[in-house]
Parts: sequence; C-alpha cells; structure tokens
Amino acid sequence: MTFLSNMFKRRSSAPVARDRLQILLAHERISGGDGKDDLLAQLHREIMEVIKRHVAVDQDKVQIKLDRGAHCSTLEIDVEVPGLTDVAPGAKPTVAAPQAKKA
Amino acid sequence: MSKVLVVTSGKGGVGKTTTTAALGAALAQNGQSVVLVDFDVGLRNLDLVMGAERRVVFDLINVIQGDANLAQALIKDKRVPSLSLLPASQTRDKDALTSEGVAKVIEELRKKFDWVICDSPAGIERGAQMAMYHADMAVIVTNPEVSSVRDSDRIIGMLDSTTEKAKKGEKLEKHLLLTRYDPQRASRGDMLGTDDVLEILSIPLLGIIPESGDVLRASNVGAPVTIAEPESAAARAYMDAARRLAGEKLEVTIPTERKGLFDWLFKRRVS
Repeated sequence: MTFLSNMFKRRSSAPVARDRLQILLAHERISGGDGKDDLLAQLHREIMEVIKRHVAVDQDKVQIKLDRGAHCSTLEIDVEVPGLTDVAPGAKPTVAAPQAKKA
Repeated sequence: MSKVLVVTSGKGGVGKTTTTAALGAALAQNGQSVVLVDFDVGLRNLDLVMGAERRVVFDLINVIQGDANLAQALIKDKRVPSLSLLPASQTRDKDALTSEGVAKVIEELRKKFDWVICDSPAGIERGAQMAMYHADMAVIVTNPEVSSVRDSDRIIGMLDSTTEKAKKGEKLEKHLLLTRYDPQRASRGDMLGTDDVLEILSIPLLGIIPESGDVLRASNVGAPVTIAEPESAAARAYMDAARRLAGEKLEVTIPTERKGLFDWLFKRRVS
C-alpha cells in the first residue's frame, strides 16, 4: 500500500528545476549577473540610506528578506527603531517607518 | 574559409575537454584539418585526453612569448593525420595569455587549418575570455542540471557582449551541446529534458550526447571517443554533431547503445 501511494504521490523534479531556472535567469539577465543594476539591490541601498539619515540603525537589528518571483518580487526591510532618545538630532521620529515593503 | 570555434560552458566538469577532443577528431576524421588549442593555462588536460601528454615540448605560452614557433609547438595526432594539438602551459600563469599574443597565434592558426577549436577553461576569468574572444562560433556544453544551465546562460551573455564579433556588431554563431544526457531519467521527469533546456537558453541545438561509460573508457586510454569507441552511442552523437557544425542538416536524435541479446542478458544479470 505504501509502495503504491508513494508511486502515485511522487512528483517529478524536472518541472521544478525548469521553473526555478526561468525565474532566476529572468533576474540575472536584467542585472548582467553582477547585481549592479538590480532594481531591488538599489532600492535596498537607498531605503537604508534614508533610514540611517533619521535613525541610528544597529546593523544587527535590520532584517532584510528578498523573494524573487516570476511576476512580482518583494523586498522586505524590517528595522527595529530604537527609543526616541537614540534618534539622530534633527530627525522627526515619525518619518522612520518600522517596515518598508516594495513590490 | 577557416573557422574559430570555442568550446565553453562556464561550469567545470560538464565535458568541455571531452567535447573538444571528440568534435575535433570527428571533423578531422571527415577530412578537415583541425587544431585543438588548450586555453586552460595551469590546468591543462586536453593533452592527456588526446593521449599526447608525453609528447608536449612547447606550449601556447612559449609561442606567445616567442620561445618557440608554432610549428615546434604543434603536436600532430598519430591516428588522424589532419588533427593537431597546441597544448596549454602547465606551469605558467594565466596572465601570460596576452591579448596581442593570443590574437597573433589565432591568426597564424587560421591560415594553416580549416578549424581552430579553443578549449576554454571553466569560469569567466581571463582564460575563458581569451578562449572566446576570437571565436566565429561557440559550442556551449551544458548538462541537464540547474547549475550548469545557469552558468551556460551567463556564458551566452558574455559571448554576446565581450567577444570580438560582438564588439564589431557581428553575429557569433552559438550552438548548444547537451552532454551526459540520460533519456530514461528525463522521461521519468527526474532530469531536465531537452525541451526545457532549449526553452531556457534559446539557442539552437547541436546535439545530445548520452551519458556513457565509453566516454570515460576513451579518456582512460587517451583517445577521443570517436576514435576509441567509434560505434558507441556517444561517438555517433559526436559524429553527427560534427557534421551539423560543418553545415549539414541532420535531425537531432539521441543515439542508443547497439546491444545484442547476449549483452542485454548479461547486463541485466550483473546489475
């Protein structure tokens, strides 16, 4: 019984490989492989610059997640904003959003 | 009209050197004059696969630096008279491959041979770039496996942007050679199929080389598979690929092992 159900349940891995490659290469072809012109990498850099301008950010307290999909990619930057006393002089605390999402 | 062909892949271990030896030998066996140039400076192996490792006196770097002339460095194959080999240096640095030096050697080889086949090292560094720079055509060797396909895609990008042809705005002919292919695993859906790889890389297919023990046996004895085991499935696939390279229109098929009943029974018994 187990043998039979395994036989029917087992899905082939080649289509998974093909789909993964198609998504990956679609991104790599745009960036030329070096990530220099990658929109998401640029967004990440600039968002971090803006946050740093207003908040003294501890690098360990920043979580960055990236998910590249076929139609839609997400860059999730999660910054733990320190207490008001840590806010850089002149900055408005309301500007520093705890989470920036970009599709 | 002589052709400069680069055999490249990005990824290592997919069969560039085996392919260089087999395609070169097949073209020479069909009467063309062929020279195989090893660009893998520091890790040369084409001499070993060709069974010429004990005959190397001078190499590509010696010729580039003027320590030897081309005629002194070329090793003539003993089995196929129209086939020659220019080995890479085992001891020198890749930086010894100067652009001017390589250009001069390739120019000289063009005058002497119908086919100049450059065996590229793995990677995308100087050696690989030098190997592809002067190419008129490229054979991209790919295994039906994700990392190989990804690296091939990268190499195709480089062929389209960093070669002499690309810089002149001319077209560089690219051909995909799928190696180590296992039709059974592909039909079970456990290996990327030919269609999958072709769809992803979108360059024309030169041939499909089935996974075969004959390839290893041939390299063990130091002969291209088309010479060592000419009747094997892999050798026939390489022979067909060479004819397509030379411009023949042949339908791409996957040759299978020709086995007698006895072989078949015996094989079943041991496995």
